[in-house]
This record gives sequence, structure tokens and C-alpha cells, in this order.
Amino acid sequence: MGMKTEEKLIVKGKRLDGRKPEDIREMEMKVGVIPNANGSARVRFGDTIVVAGVYGARPLFPKHLQESDRAIIKCRYNMAPFSVEDRARPGPSRRSIEISKVARLALEPALFLEEYPETVVDVYMEVLQADGSTRVTGINAASLALADAGVPMKDLVVALSGGKIDDTIIIDLCGKEDNYSLADIPIAFLPRKNEITLLQMDGQLMPEEVKGIIKNALKSGQKVYKKQKETLRRKYKE
Amino acid sequence: MRPNYILKVLESGERVDGRKMDEFRKIKVETGIIKRAEGSARVRMGKTDVIVGVKMDLGTPYPDVPDLGVLRTGAEFVPIASPDFESGPPGEDATELARVVDRGIRESDCIDLEELCIKEGEKVWMVYVDVHTINHDGNLIDASALAAVAALKTAKIPKLEDEKIVRNELVKKLPIKHIPVTVTVGRVADNLIIDPTKEEEEVLDSKLTAAVMEDGKICAMQKSGNYPLSTEDVEKMIDLVIKKEKELRKHL
Repeated sequence: MGMKTEEKLIVKGKRLDGRKPEDIREMEMKVGVIPNANGSARVRFGDTIVVAGVYGARPLFPKHLQESDRAIIKCRYNMAPFSVEDRARPGPSRRSIEISKVARLALEPALFLEEYPETVVDVYMEVLQADGSTRVTGINAASLALADAGVPMKDLVVALSGGKIDDTIIIDLCGKEDNYSLADIPIAFLPRKNEITLLQMDGQLMPEEVKGIIKNALKSGQKVYKKQKETLRRKYKE
Repeated sequence: MRPNYILKVLESGERVDGRKMDEFRKIKVETGIIKRAEGSARVRMGKTDVIVGVKMDLGTPYPDVPDLGVLRTGAEFVPIASPDFESGPPGEDATELARVVDRGIRESDCIDLEELCIKEGEKVWMVYVDVHTINHDGNLIDASALAAVAALKTAKIPKLEDEKIVRNELVKKLPIKHIPVTVTVGRVADNLIIDPTKEEEEVLDSKLTAAVMEDGKICAMQKSGNYPLSTEDVEKMIDLVIKKEKELRKHL
């Protein structure tokens, strides 16, 4: 559950950073940011910045890990040591191992992996600066990087966090809201058919409140979807 | 092939072991089974068998919460429990299991961590909850979470003498504030099932796990499996968790 704080997180309908409950932070998205990678993207939501890189589809070794009828996808979510207030120890933590797994499951349904048998698609997400909602920002970046790499996809993957402060449903939690909100619910989905591919929660809420937050996130996610599509279109214009 | 058969039966709304779709296997909860642990429980759900031990130790609090005790949850998929488990440090699935069990306990405020402060900023009780799998026949998360809470509920704090632990003298109960219960719902075709066996788990599209408190609040969720869910799926799964949670709660 969120810790207690003296500070009011919503005053007169405005959040700490001046946003309204339904506002997403300023979004910045750019693809093709890592020359060595087959696809890459940098995504910023307010002060949260994640860069994602995709290598592959490329041959997978050792051979016994290969799937004869499809590519496999590997994901690594990692926090740069300088991305958080107290330096993060380099290397995998239990948290990053779990996030890497749920991110893989969030992305996998969007991909036509059967087009590249016996290969691997490696997806790397590096959190450069953290101010809440890092896993969903990472998934947005990974989704763009996969599209940038030309991996066939049936849809982009859109991700957002939802929560609740007092009686107000909010979207795109910043770090402070993440710590003190009544709940933090990261969601990823394929917007064309509103198929949910990642859903987690911590906090304390009644079931109906949880359902409300999920619906709200799917609705707000359309804005992220639009921005993702614009970003990809811009690349081909340049 | 066996998996195809399992899948076919599930798709037709039945199960190979004759259970109803929303029926748990036989559940047995025993507590106080490990003498060396400050709290312990063994949970059997059908052939799934897990043991959770609670150990208490002294440590320093986290700097941002200097007046709170520390909870740490770990899980090991030891090779004895399944031909699929290998020795070595906890992998992705064991790590996820530990973190989902931890989330239910932590987010429900199960343990009164304030009571575990000995000297603010310097010395607090550390509560280690360790899940040890003995036999894996599916639904490890529900079984482990149930065992963890059963173990915590019966755990006792050792005596302190000159700020040192006297191991064989347990003096008071571990302060418990809330009792979370964790239920996983599996989805296959358009059917939802509870308490899947291992062979059922292998054919599920996806799963949703949620921890529920006494007052019906949800305090943790985790979707797993690589198949997407619609909003309606999620809502139905949440409703089923709420319905079945009361049954598991009776075992605590």
C-alpha cells in the first residue's frame, strides 16, 4: 500500500505537477536513436526516460534454445545506476527480473514470431531517469523499437499506469504518486482490439474501483497510441 | 497427445480429474511443522505441496522508513519438486512467485511492521518468509501465498537479551493486522478455471492472480501467460477471485 504522506497529492483538482487527473505527462518519443541496433526508441513521460533497443531477429545459439517454428523473444529491463536517487546496484535485481518477464509477455502477443523460425528477438530496455511508471514507459519504448526494427506486428503495444488518489482516478503516475497513491496499476494492451497483455497492481482498492481504473487507462491509452503512430510516421517522412 | 486431450476436456467445460471448473482440489493446511522456524506451514492442494518457513533476525531498517521492521520474501524451486526444476539461483518464475506472494503480504499491511521496530533507524526485526516447493503439481502461487499467511499467523518473536536473540525462547506473537488471501484464475478458450494442476497450467492461455483482504479489497494483482485478456475477461476473473477467496480463507 502507498506510504502515508503529509503532502496533499491533489489540491483543487490539480496534481503535484499541475496536471489534471486525466492528464498524461508531456510525452516525447523518437525512433532510430541507437545506430547499432536493428530498431530503437527513446521515450520520455515527464521525468521518466527509457531507451529501448532491439537486436534481431538474429540467429539463436546455443541451438537447443531455438524453436523450429518461430522466433523467441527475450527481454531485459534494466535501471542505470544513476537513474534513481539512491544509486541502483548494477546487475539484475529481483524487481528487474520480474519486470523483464512481464514485459516480454506484454509484447509477445503483438508479434508475428512465426515469420522467423530458429531466431531470437532481443529487446533491451534501459531506464535512464526514473520518476515513476518506468515499466510502462519501457514497454512503450520497446513497442516502438520493435516497429522500428521492422519486426512484423499486428498492433503496437500501449502501456500506461493508473491509480487513485482520494476519490479521484488518475493516469500516468509520477514517482511521488507511485509511492503514495492508493494503488498503482500498470497496464499494457493492444489498442486496436483493447486486448490487455500486462496487468499488475499494488495498493488497496475495491474490485469495482479496479475495474474503473482499467477502463480509464484503456481510454487514455489512445493518446499514447496516437503519439506512437505519429512518431513512426515521422521517421518515414524524414 | 496428453496436452491436446487436457485442452479438449477444458474447452468442453470439464476437467480430467472430474472437478468443477471453479473447484479447488483438496486443501490441507498444517502449521508449526518446523521446529527451528519462528513460524511455519505446509499447504497441500491436491498433489501440490509447499512449505513456508518464517525466520526472524535483527537488522537495520530501510533509511526511508527507519521505524518499520523489514519483510523479505524468497522462493526456491528446488529440483526435488519437479523434473522441470534445475538447481541454481532462483530463476524468473521463482522470482515472480516470491514477488507476487510478497506483494499480497506487503500491500495488505498483513504484518504490523511498526511493532517490529526496536530502535528507530538502527535496529528492527527482519521477517524472512521463504517458500520451499516440495512437489509441483500446479497453482504454486495460491498454495505458497496461503502457506505464507498461515505461517505468519502462527509465527512468534524470539526473546531478546542485551539486544541479542535467544533462539529457543519465543516470547510473543508476531503482530498481524490483516489477512490477505490469494487466488489465481486461469483462462482457457472462453472458460475460467480455479486451482489448475500442472498439466492444466500448461495449456492455459493466461492467468490472473489477485490478493484480497478481509473487507473484499483487492491489494495485489498479476497477469501471467502470453495471451491477451479483454476488459470483460479481467472483470469476470476478478469476480471469480472474490467469490472463491472466502473458501480459501476458511483454511486459515
